[in-house]
Amino acid sequence: MDLENQRRVKELSEKYGAENMVIVLGAAESEAAGLAAETVTAGDPTYAGPLTGVSLGLRVYHICEDEMKAEIAEQVYEDQVSMMEMVLDVDSIKKEMSAIRSEYCKF
Amino acid sequence: MLKNAKVVVIGDRDGIPGPAIEECVRSAGAEVVFSSTECFV
Repeated sequence: MDLENQRRVKELSEKYGAENMVIVLGAAESEAAGLAAETVTAGDPTYAGPLTGVSLGLRVYHICEDEMKAEIAEQVYEDQVSMMEMVLDVDSIKKEMSAIRSEYCKF
Repeated sequence: MLKNAKVVVIGDRDGIPGPAIEECVRSAGAEVVFSSTECFV
């Protein structure tokens, strides 16, 4: 995750409380989704950004996961996401996200 | 989970971009507190 985004995530978690935050990703690949998810839960795995060594444990989901889809207005999801969803490897993304959450998510 | 949550959106130019995710989570009653679209190229 780029450094500016890490800085904002850290700042906003301090401001609103980590338990009130949800991070929603739109990554094209499971590997990128996993890295971003790890960054906002366990800390920056590349040791480059402001979240290095900071384990926020935030709730983090990919927009294509069932937990998100269940809460989003169906027509909005259809208009905004469904086209891209068809070309993503959603199963692989779900598997990666779920593994990271079960290991590092605190909420 | 999304209703009244403070949501940070990290979109992807080659996946689902930030503004599309924003529309979605707002429809679920979330407050978007930051949104960005990353580019891995």
